Amino acid sequence: MTVESTAARTPRRSAGNKAGTTGTKRTTSTTKKAAGAGKSAEPALVQLLTPEGKRVKNAEFDQYVADITAEDLRGLYRDMVLTRRFDAEATALQRQGELGLWASLLGQEAAQIGSGRALRDDDYVFPTYREHGVAWCRGVDPTNLLGMFRGVNNGGWDPNGNNFHLYTIVIGSQTLHATGYAMGITKDGADSAVIAYFGDGASSQGDVAEAFTFSAVYNAPVVFFCQNNQWAISEPTEKQSRVPLYQRAQGYGFPGVRVDGNDVLANLAVTKWALERARAGEGPTLVEAFTYRMGAHTTSDDPTRYRTDDERLAWEAKDPILRLRRHLEASGHADEGFFAELETESEALGKRVREAVRAMPDPDHFAIFENVYADGHALVDEERAQFAAYQASFADEDGGK
Amino acid sequence: MAEKMALAKAINESLRRALDADPKVVVMGEDVGKLGGVFRVTDGLQKDFGESRVIDTPLAESGIVGTAIGLALRGYRPVVEIQFDGFVFPAYDQIVTQLAKMHARALGKVKMPVVVRIPYGGGIGAVEHHSESPEALFAHVAGLKIVSPSNASDAYWMMQQAIQSDDPVIFFEPKRRYWDKGEVDTEAIPGPLHKAKVVREGTDLTLAAYGPMVKLCQEVADAAAEEGRNLEVLDLRSVSPIDFDAVQASVEKTRRLVVVHEAPVFFGSGAEIAARITERCFYHLEAPVLRVGGYHAPYPPARLEESYLPDLDRVLDAVDRSLAY
Repeated sequence: MTVESTAARTPRRSAGNKAGTTGTKRTTSTTKKAAGAGKSAEPALVQLLTPEGKRVKNAEFDQYVADITAEDLRGLYRDMVLTRRFDAEATALQRQGELGLWASLLGQEAAQIGSGRALRDDDYVFPTYREHGVAWCRGVDPTNLLGMFRGVNNGGWDPNGNNFHLYTIVIGSQTLHATGYAMGITKDGADSAVIAYFGDGASSQGDVAEAFTFSAVYNAPVVFFCQNNQWAISEPTEKQSRVPLYQRAQGYGFPGVRVDGNDVLANLAVTKWALERARAGEGPTLVEAFTYRMGAHTTSDDPTRYRTDDERLAWEAKDPILRLRRHLEASGHADEGFFAELETESEALGKRVREAVRAMPDPDHFAIFENVYADGHALVDEERAQFAAYQASFADEDGGK
Repeated sequence: MAEKMALAKAINESLRRALDADPKVVVMGEDVGKLGGVFRVTDGLQKDFGESRVIDTPLAESGIVGTAIGLALRGYRPVVEIQFDGFVFPAYDQIVTQLAKMHARALGKVKMPVVVRIPYGGGIGAVEHHSESPEALFAHVAGLKIVSPSNASDAYWMMQQAIQSDDPVIFFEPKRRYWDKGEVDTEAIPGPLHKAKVVREGTDLTLAAYGPMVKLCQEVADAAAEEGRNLEVLDLRSVSPIDFDAVQASVEKTRRLVVVHEAPVFFGSGAEIAARITERCFYHLEAPVLRVGGYHAPYPPARLEESYLPDLDRVLDAVDRSLAY
């Protein structure tokens, strides 16, 4: 597989889609805080790389990527390509019956890698179930993410191992955990920060509103990173809000900014800015990464029922990986050797993931009763013993034959 | 050192001791700071331990429990107050979906030492949503532990133990007993948190209860004694886990069991006790296990609550029915 083909991995087109919704966001106001490259009635959008890969100046945010090197840029590109390759492999593994479900991040690589690479090791991440790119940045082995989708566990990695919390499936809940964790950082007198990921759908959850309130009241060092990928399964963002999501922050008394979610450099810069605010004791920030879920919500979803090919094609033209590749090529920051080597590495990752998943054993039956409580529970002990006796009764039958 | 104090004061003293002993313990909730809580259970704690340890929160229960989970992940031991029983449901999702399951989801890699304090139960003439007994709705959820003290000494020590627990504990405080005084020995070594206690020995029938109904059952036993009946009263103290061994031991002696709680009988903790004791003690029982509790109706307006709540006569009626078998 070539890098190009990796970058172009998108759902198949389907004919006859009658959905009339477009990705256009109609808004009536903009805020000064989000001054950037936006124009006309669209809210301002921080963009440092155009879809064509051209670097554009930004007075406010250039400083956060001023020291970025060609090697750093190649690193971001590598992160995005490998994440997409891993994601494609997981989708394939679901189709092969090796995974029960997969939630693809296709199209959201820049938002995740840009924000993920802005973090320090001592920062803490609270993801949704789609943050495979952020997990990659944190050093969580990709194969660890697949356990819950294969059905061998409900999480499975040590959150404190990489300061990357477990995936949260009930949307929005983790924004409160992030806020509480950030309150703890303040109590400890540390200068770490927390980032909470969520989506446009979750922005409607009460927990997110409460997280905004708590973080504002306690001035908690947390960055709320909303990937507005335009679709909450079948519901467009218009079904969640009548104002651009980043503007919600204003009502809570902290800044919100919309960033081009498909521009890895802009996501890196804006997240660094927000994290610096958190570390400096300036409290929470809402970042709305304006991006697009190029794939289905999950492997169980059929997006052809609710959105048009035109919309997807328009977003494919803004592909996050393609845009950085154009920039790398135009600026001479990467040569053919780099891309070829990455292609080899990418295929090796796919192979490793494939083999690891196929070799992943089912857990022991008794895992049902493990870790229900930290200090034990009489009923769990009793039921485990009953289960053991029941299982043993089959062994007796077998033995008697 | 033993001292006589009200149940609410015993919890206050216990929280004070925990805050003093462990800098990771934080108390949070609505009005718990300057006001000292609507029942004054946290009275004076913010003054002595500061606003970062005794935290007045925004009025958002899901937010209170959700941020407590985050604090626990950071290494804190939050003790959160839900102001009234009927206010817990906005936090129910965080408790059931997140708090209860986090340890298992992380394959044991993280612990959730969070105590959720809930003043519960009726009998104080309160308005709607201030008199409920939702313990069964939590006992049904694996990952949670549920306790309810009946007296000042237990309130003090069970709170100490709940805070020390690495599992989430829902701590149901019998609000109508907040002002009942009892001896509290702050140097005594307490028994295990989830073990029941025989508070009155008897031979003819076992009354099992927890929280606010233990005192009632003791009064019932007194009344029954006047009629020549010798009832045993078992204070369960814990609703998850339930000390079935203690119930079984008592029933094997008395052969009759009546379970009393304020919560509705239907799918209540009494139903679970009846089922399990029937399994364990089938050949010892002289009568079916009977239950006395609330009805399958919304908690009534205050002027009707005396008819809704178990009282001396309703429990005695159940005792008579059991003994009639």
